[in-house]
Amino acid sequence: MELKEKLVSSFMAFENMVDIDSPVHDIRTEAIKNFEIEGFPTKRQEAWKYTSLNSVLKHDYSVFPKHENALEYKDVKKYFIHEIDCYKIIFIDGKYSSHLSQTTHDGIDVCLMSAALSKPKYRLVIENYFNKIASKDGLSSLNTAFSAEGAYIHIPKNKLVEKPIQIIHFSTGNEAALMLQPRNLIVVDENSHVQIIERHQSLTDNPVLTNSVTEIFTNKRAIVDYYKIQNDKKSASLIDNTFVNQKQESLAKVHTFSFGGKLIRNNLNFYQNGERIDSTMKGITIIGNKQHVDHNTLVHHIEPNCESHQDYKGIFNDNATGVFNGKVIVEKEAQKTNAFQANNNILISDKASINTKPQLEIFADDVKCSHGCTIGQLDESAMFYLRSRGIPEKEARALLMFAFSNNVLDSVKIPAIKNRITKIIANKLGVSIGFDL
Amino acid sequence: MSKYTEDDLREELKTKEYEYGFYTDIESETFPNGLNEDIVRAISKKKEEPEWMTEWRLKAFKVWKEMTEPEWANVHYEKPDFQAISYYSAPNSKPKYDSIDEVDPELLATFEKLGISLDEQKKLAGVAMDVVVDSVSVATTFKKTLAEKGIIFMSISEAIQEHPELVKKYIGTVVPQKDNFYAALNSAVFSDGSFCYIPKGVRCPMELSTYFRINQAGTGQFERTLVIADKGSYVSYLEGCTAPSRDENQLHAAVVELIALDDAEIKYSTVQNWFPGNAEGKGGVYNFVTKRGLCENNAKISWTQVETGSAVTWKYPSCVLKGDNSVGEFYSIAVTNNYQQADTGTKMIHLGKNTKSTIISKGISAGKSQNSYRGLVQISSRADNARNFSQCDSLLMGNECGAHTFPYIEAKNKSAQIEHEATTSKIGEDQIFYCNQRGIDTEKAIALIVNGFSKEVLNKLPMEFAVEAQKLLEISLEGSVG
Repeated sequence: MELKEKLVSSFMAFENMVDIDSPVHDIRTEAIKNFEIEGFPTKRQEAWKYTSLNSVLKHDYSVFPKHENALEYKDVKKYFIHEIDCYKIIFIDGKYSSHLSQTTHDGIDVCLMSAALSKPKYRLVIENYFNKIASKDGLSSLNTAFSAEGAYIHIPKNKLVEKPIQIIHFSTGNEAALMLQPRNLIVVDENSHVQIIERHQSLTDNPVLTNSVTEIFTNKRAIVDYYKIQNDKKSASLIDNTFVNQKQESLAKVHTFSFGGKLIRNNLNFYQNGERIDSTMKGITIIGNKQHVDHNTLVHHIEPNCESHQDYKGIFNDNATGVFNGKVIVEKEAQKTNAFQANNNILISDKASINTKPQLEIFADDVKCSHGCTIGQLDESAMFYLRSRGIPEKEARALLMFAFSNNVLDSVKIPAIKNRITKIIANKLGVSIGFDL
Repeated sequence: MSKYTEDDLREELKTKEYEYGFYTDIESETFPNGLNEDIVRAISKKKEEPEWMTEWRLKAFKVWKEMTEPEWANVHYEKPDFQAISYYSAPNSKPKYDSIDEVDPELLATFEKLGISLDEQKKLAGVAMDVVVDSVSVATTFKKTLAEKGIIFMSISEAIQEHPELVKKYIGTVVPQKDNFYAALNSAVFSDGSFCYIPKGVRCPMELSTYFRINQAGTGQFERTLVIADKGSYVSYLEGCTAPSRDENQLHAAVVELIALDDAEIKYSTVQNWFPGNAEGKGGVYNFVTKRGLCENNAKISWTQVETGSAVTWKYPSCVLKGDNSVGEFYSIAVTNNYQQADTGTKMIHLGKNTKSTIISKGISAGKSQNSYRGLVQISSRADNARNFSQCDSLLMGNECGAHTFPYIEAKNKSAQIEHEATTSKIGEDQIFYCNQRGIDTEKAIALIVNGFSKEVLNKLPMEFAVEAQKLLEISLEGSVG
């Protein structure tokens, strides 16, 4: 059976598990209808020109895991940013693990989507925010239809959340092939500040497909700092749909570090509904083998005096394919917009390829918009310089690559994450470095 | 259950008509509206083409029937009805006016501003002329010089008759019939166009434009141009005209093929100023053009274009850098005003080793117009040391227009070096203020700034045209100061 049919037919089974009388269920029914019409995207669609999902859709994924699975902390500790104290929302095969998690209701809500969808005290927030900015494309609709579990984070006014929040999705491999559809909602009210780390981790080589949707709302002067660490097994694929709706003077930053996985597609969308907003999205991609990473970003400048910064670096080895499709839309009213977009790539192997399409659509005249995009190699003279000082070729190469990706790492505000990423990169490049970046 | 709708009826009537077939009088000057195999045959017959050419057209027509109009371009317009167009009309030899006094004074004023000589003005406006000794003799001299060098330069219909071996060898090699919807249409019904062949090692002594301008006024709706530069030769070719063309044909689907063999160089410049429609966006020409050049080893093709006219422009002069060390260049200024829409850019396909390409695109949008740059830089896995530099700058005037950039970059070779940059800006108030302060009025100041903005491209035009193009920019943006 085709995955699409399987999903549509399992919606009925899904209805037995959730409260079908809640208003959210109307949204779900609407969404499954939409998915039936839209289906999975194909290469014929402009936004999917360079990414084919065929290879990941061919597995016979189980949609609802049969067993509850448990994990011991010591076995999975290495996937946590364990050096610092964090709130933790942990899922194992799509099910919440209270054993590994550390949630809170003390002044802020760091808890579960399933709780938020069912308990009356969250009703207002759900009504106001749930599925308000997620797009109506096939994949997001599919997620909306099956939305039941995920992280729910609500930070009320004037709160500075001291500890970062970690969201980790483990898949144990107890199913031959598993499809996960986490749904996250993050609402940050006026003047509040929160840091979030998200990670998807498969523990075996069984195929996993994650189709995740995250809606983030930053109200007036709120600050959200979001880190996505994508360093999964070679059998795991991820489609990440993130939508950020910003109000005036808010700041949202999303860093995406893509090193692992078979196929990763990041749909990152920013909507600026207010003045003096700042949106930042940065990413480092270092992949090899037959990996495929696709960054698809959108910044929609709707009101005046806003800024957006995009900076994506990619290093591609072996048969890897990289895609960057950045779109900046500046509406007529959005005067004095300052939009910047950069995409720099290095190809290491002859079989690797990169497709990049930095797009600008501008309807306002008093704006400063620029994009730059390069594809090139490491500077031979710099290599020579390092090697003439006794640094072996491999290390010299790694050093230059660190330098290449440094201005993305620079803006990482949590030192523990910076260290972790540095280690992952060093590991990826096969060197051990004795310095902190 | 599907109902029998009006559309079905229309469809039926259409097919019915074909059922009976209809008689096409090939002696008549204008063919009946519509397109079918008979029309394609009739065009071919009218032009006394050999059998292979007729077959070639029919093949294109078959492909075209299967194709649908492309919709990906960032332009919106009412689709032309392809069955409501007459696909052949003999060039009208009768002058439109008897004296220059009858010509639209607005048109004459534009000529005046462009600095076009009176004789040329008459020719361009379609005024009956006495034999102008000067230009005829000039043309004859040109012909003689070209013939001495062995350069073939004639209309493509003549070339099909006189040099079938060359045409047969090269036509459709760069832009095949099935390339795209409009190229297929053009291949099936092209009425005329130019053919140019430069023999080995010959450097064409003049801009082929000069000749062109004096001898060929009407260009026709479906133009086909084929330029072949044999090994080690050089030619500079200029198409179009700075003078505004009041053409009644709404749809223009031209195809241009350039072939630069080893060590050859072709410089192809275009100035396009078709009728853009009035200030309310009514009327205007749809310009859907396929232009492509093929470079063999060490060859170079350089496209330069100044696009100011047409209601809708859809045009991507491209270079296929097949040979090693070949070079492709693209310099473009696209100006849109009022309700004009332009979706233009280039494709640089790097196949050979050490290939280089440069793209400089300047878009200027004013009024309520939309101006898009769409480009593709593709480096194949065998194209070692390929190099590309692209720059697309947009200038916006007023907040009712739009500027868009859609650059596609696909690299499959690790030694490729690609740089792309794009900026969007407006004319600074401080710049205008500076000019005003020095006694330059705002309109002139804008012209000055726009000229500076487009200088990199204007410099690439043949000298005489650069001057006219500069003035043309000024005229195109007239009244856009807000």
